[in-house]
Amino acid sequence: MSLTTILFILLSLMSVGGALMMLTTKNPVMSVIWLIVVFFSISGHYVMLNAQFLAVVNIIVYAGAIMVLFLFVIMLMNLNSDTEPMRNYKMQMIGVVSGGCLLLIILSALKQLKAAPVQIAVGDQGLIHTLGKTLFTNYVVPFEVASVLFLSAMVGAILIGKKDEENAV
Amino acid sequence: MFLAIDLLLLLEKLILIIIVVMATLGIAMYATLGERKVAAFMQDRRGPSRAGPGGILQPLADGIKLFFKEEIIPDFSSKWLFVMGPALAMLTAIMSSAIIPWGDHIVIAGKNVPLVIADVNIGILYVFGVVSLGVYGIMFGAWASNNKFSLIGALRAASQIISYELALGITLIALLMVTGTLSLTEMVKQQQSGNWNIIYQPLGFFIFLVCAFAECNRTPFDLPEAENELTGGYHLEYSSMKLGFYLFAEYINMFISSAVMATLYFGGYDVPFLDESLLSPNIAALVGIVALMIKITAFIFFFMWVRWTVPRFRYDQLMNLGWKILLPLALFNMIVTGAVILFLGK
Amino acid sequence: MQALTNRLKHVDRRPMNLWEKIYIPAIVKGMAITFAHMFKKKPTINYPEVKRRFSPVFRGLQILNRDAEGRENCTACGLCAVACPAEAITMEAAERQPGEEHLYREEKYAARYEINMLRCIFCGLCEEACPKDAIYLSETFAPAEFQRKQFVYKKQDLLIPHPINEPEAYKKALGNRAVKNSNN
Repeated sequence: MSLTTILFILLSLMSVGGALMMLTTKNPVMSVIWLIVVFFSISGHYVMLNAQFLAVVNIIVYAGAIMVLFLFVIMLMNLNSDTEPMRNYKMQMIGVVSGGCLLLIILSALKQLKAAPVQIAVGDQGLIHTLGKTLFTNYVVPFEVASVLFLSAMVGAILIGKKDEENAV
Repeated sequence: MFLAIDLLLLLEKLILIIIVVMATLGIAMYATLGERKVAAFMQDRRGPSRAGPGGILQPLADGIKLFFKEEIIPDFSSKWLFVMGPALAMLTAIMSSAIIPWGDHIVIAGKNVPLVIADVNIGILYVFGVVSLGVYGIMFGAWASNNKFSLIGALRAASQIISYELALGITLIALLMVTGTLSLTEMVKQQQSGNWNIIYQPLGFFIFLVCAFAECNRTPFDLPEAENELTGGYHLEYSSMKLGFYLFAEYINMFISSAVMATLYFGGYDVPFLDESLLSPNIAALVGIVALMIKITAFIFFFMWVRWTVPRFRYDQLMNLGWKILLPLALFNMIVTGAVILFLGK
Repeated sequence: MQALTNRLKHVDRRPMNLWEKIYIPAIVKGMAITFAHMFKKKPTINYPEVKRRFSPVFRGLQILNRDAEGRENCTACGLCAVACPAEAITMEAAERQPGEEHLYREEKYAARYEINMLRCIFCGLCEEACPKDAIYLSETFAPAEFQRKQFVYKKQDLLIPHPINEPEAYKKALGNRAVKNSNN
């Protein structure tokens, strides 16, 4: 077994185990920590695919910014395992149905996929030069649409903030 | 065999890692003494002078004292996280030293050994990522302390670091447009043959500097540990060496951000008006390391100088500065840089 | 209203102009000040190695005087205790027995003589009240102690060293000022 295979197995165990722990832990803060572990193992996978840019961006954006905000909210609201809201039967059913739909979509997508086995540590798909060129040539329209979406979200956030201020005055 | 080939490289890197980490710790240790000396001299005092000649053994004395202090873990706190907090703070502080080029290469037994632990092609993003993780150490530790003041300190730290990361990132974009590369080694090579980046990016450097202060939680941005309203902030419940780790991580962060600023804007290990190719590689590397260390020391002194001059900001002033001044300035800098590059046609 | 002194300064309440709003010039100015302070002379005195010189009228710890033959001057008259505004001095008198002439100068002496250094305000009135030249304020000050009772100085703590048996210690205890006085 080569070193890369061992690494791959370790990282996969880490990501799957981390995800399971995240779902099963009662304490929300611990859940967040396990989610960060998952992000790190996924970044490890990216590095093994020679996509360092994706790996680092994954860490910066998800582990570095979004998870910090998650922690922020959880710590401020002081959520504990005993204050977890009661889940009713209806909610559980909706969850099962939507989760099942997602699973079906992923399965069908996998079935249509006709790709060669992934090559480890070769290829330049994830490198910043290739990624930049692809994003700004082939996928420039979706990219710009996404940025407009973010802009509208930002404007919305500012609007909400302003509204509160006016009411207070 | 896959493993056998890499063994020599592994050994080389391992030795380099040990040297760099040790040097980082040592310099951070003496930065604590430097801080106290600078503070004393700026306040017309003499500073620590009892331990060893001129107080040279003071950091050791401080370390020994911290180790022998009673270690208190508050009841009703998450013990695991409480221990992990300072460890994470220390880890993330040291991790960023991996991609900084400390010098050019040296030649040992006919083999070129580059003086950088990992020359990855995303260098500066790696620093950015590690810095953004640095806040976890503070947040976990503070939350596990189960104390309101700690928690408020941690929340301040988190929102401050996230706010200033934006301006920092946008400044970096402008720098990247100038250099056209993310690798720190590449950047230094460019500055060696051309001009230092400070000439192209004076405003960018200024914004970077201010943001570096904020990311290191240094005065005037040390609100997370504001003594007067938070009685110590996020490390309020810590004692003994765990507290030492938090305080020490600040000095390591200061050292690393000085190194990053020297590398990005002041030519790294480049000595101005000196053609390194005329010297033998080992001597050139030595000269380069010394030059980088001088630049880093100057930056560390600047950090301390500002700390003992400028008082702490109020929290709304901090947020105003970050969002209403630095962010627009950084955007302006980026647009101007882009426009100039476009008109000059490279 | 007429100003009482010429030190009056009016607070400038005008809104900040652009130069002040930039804030950087103010920081630069402040940093220049702190930098200049790095090269100023330090007023610190490294205490145990270097000692500050006391003024010639410094009033330190009391000392009980002996005459040239080493006999105690004090006759336990109590005038110092009466003069003491802080009531720090207590004493008990005793009669000199035959054969003790080499110890005490006169027929009456202080068997017990205590000064509470926590009460003493070092005003020097005891020195002025003494008719027998027996108590003086020296040039040393009370050292730090761990217990209160250690600050109550007994007669043995206060007595000056014997001038014949321990001439060096005696000379040292006299200090500069006592030498000057004895010359008069």
